[in-house]
Amino acid sequence: MRIGVVTFPGSLDDRDAQRAVRLAGAEPVALWHGTHDLDGVDAIVLPGGFSYGDYLRCGAIASHSPIMAEVIQAAERGVPVLGICNGFQMLTEAHLLPGGLIRNDHGSFICRDQRLRVENTSTDWTNGFTDRQEITIPLKNGEGGFIASTAELERLEGEGHVVFRYLDVNPNGSLNDIAGVTNARGNVVGLMPHPEHAVEPGFGPDTPDAMRSGVDGLTFFTSALEGLLARA
Amino acid sequence: MPTIVVEVMPKAELLDPQGKAVLGALTRLGQSQFTSVRVGKRFELAVEGEVTDAVLAEVATLADEMLSNSVIEDVVGIHVVESPADGASEVAAGASV
Repeated sequence: MRIGVVTFPGSLDDRDAQRAVRLAGAEPVALWHGTHDLDGVDAIVLPGGFSYGDYLRCGAIASHSPIMAEVIQAAERGVPVLGICNGFQMLTEAHLLPGGLIRNDHGSFICRDQRLRVENTSTDWTNGFTDRQEITIPLKNGEGGFIASTAELERLEGEGHVVFRYLDVNPNGSLNDIAGVTNARGNVVGLMPHPEHAVEPGFGPDTPDAMRSGVDGLTFFTSALEGLLARA
Repeated sequence: MPTIVVEVMPKAELLDPQGKAVLGALTRLGQSQFTSVRVGKRFELAVEGEVTDAVLAEVATLADEMLSNSVIEDVVGIHVVESPADGASEVAAGASV
């Protein structure tokens, strides 16, 4: 199975995302923002970073790039799409996911290993987790405050479209402690924390067992891979 | 050259962390008479040729769909100026929205 990772001008974590795809057992495919070519990939990751220097709004200019027209069409066909951090911001700007992301309420960039609860295990990117599983993956953002109108929040909560919720602390003022959401179909998922930085022992968050041994992020990618294999 | 000015503000009901930081700085400077600061954006679009109703309508659409994100921001004004450096020469070609 081939999982594409789109590189935009200012992407930072595209290589990390490719590596996560490889460690999960799929073939990573580097995609370029300026083309209309998805290279026939089976799933797509929009990685973190600061596309276009966060000019206009985070993810806004990238959401209008040529390849995003293809990403939107693929998402509407049911192709699994994961947006991480800046990728999540792009997905909200492209209206593939509800809500928006604004500057952290405390005004500062924050970088920490963040505990989350998986609230929805029926999406293409979370089906390998157990219900309400608690995981720890790195978080690093300056504009990660999730907001939506009161009506939209009620709909998200009522329909189970909240996929991840912050535990222990709310690091950025996100409403209802929301760290990630999905669309109605469950193939498009976006979150602010970074699963691709917790995929290999020795390089992930600390766990009670050993320093840097956390690999909770790997399940995002194995979930997508196993879902694709089951459908093939 | 005529310029269309588009003004965008964070939604009134949302916390504006940037404005809050500026208010904090003002307070530290002894400027205690201000109760709130909100920071928005001003876009200046220089136009080739005449600003017609059609051009203004197109800008209104772009303002809603690209220059702002209606989830987090409101377009609070669209108007035409003859020169962006000279706000006093604003002409009433475009009604504020």
